[in-house]
Amino acid sequence: MRGSDREATVRRLLEQAQRPLPPEIHPEAVRRGTRMLRRRALARRALWLLLCAAAVAFTVWALTARPWVEPPSHTTPPLTGW
Amino acid sequence: MRERHAYRAARRAREFEAFVAGAAGRLLHAATLLTAEDPDDNPRARRLLTLSLAHTYARWDGLRGEDPYDRTRQELATRFARGAWHQHGGLVRSRPHPASPLAALTPQERLIVVLRLYEGVAEEQAAALLGLSPERVRAICHRATTTLLRRPRGPAPAVRTAKAVPS
Repeated sequence: MRGSDREATVRRLLEQAQRPLPPEIHPEAVRRGTRMLRRRALARRALWLLLCAAAVAFTVWALTARPWVEPPSHTTPPLTGW
Repeated sequence: MRERHAYRAARRAREFEAFVAGAAGRLLHAATLLTAEDPDDNPRARRLLTLSLAHTYARWDGLRGEDPYDRTRQELATRFARGAWHQHGGLVRSRPHPASPLAALTPQERLIVVLRLYEGVAEEQAAALLGLSPERVRAICHRATTTLLRRPRGPAPAVRTAKAVPS
């Protein structure tokens, strides 16, 4: 088939002798990858910290403000003296 | 905890080194074809490969049986596509080097030819990777091979003939 013939020709064109790998690529990739990992770990830690701080702040607020307690009524005076 | 962490880091470093020793030569060749640089002077391809490898290294523990070569190739392709998009018509548009076999092609044609013919990625996979339809990938590949075979090894033409064989 003509189509596969052409593809084979182009493949041959692409398959040239490979140059040896430059030695600096591996250490550089490891350095950048390690930095990426460290950044990711830091970001994760910061997010957890933020989450914990938010939880603590909410608990403290809830314990001081007690939003579940019915607020004292301002419109009707409390019935006293019965 | 710390001991396990260190053990995992050591294993990652060992496995990654073996992977680079085995696969990076071929990937560098693919990257050089993509950037259409001189095989002996290819700073853009090296940078592309280094960044893709760094990405694979950072994801090494989370690969879970996925092929690292596949991952790196994907990263390389998307990174190149993104870079080509940003450079398109920009000030730092790089000229293809005449020594490159793909100098006569546009960046997108190069990407598809390298993925399909050099790396042997299936049409559907390449299409999904680039966000194109498989028919479009086939058409571009056909047009690119036509352009390549019309001028087998000559230097890149100054103005590429826009009229290719209708696909």
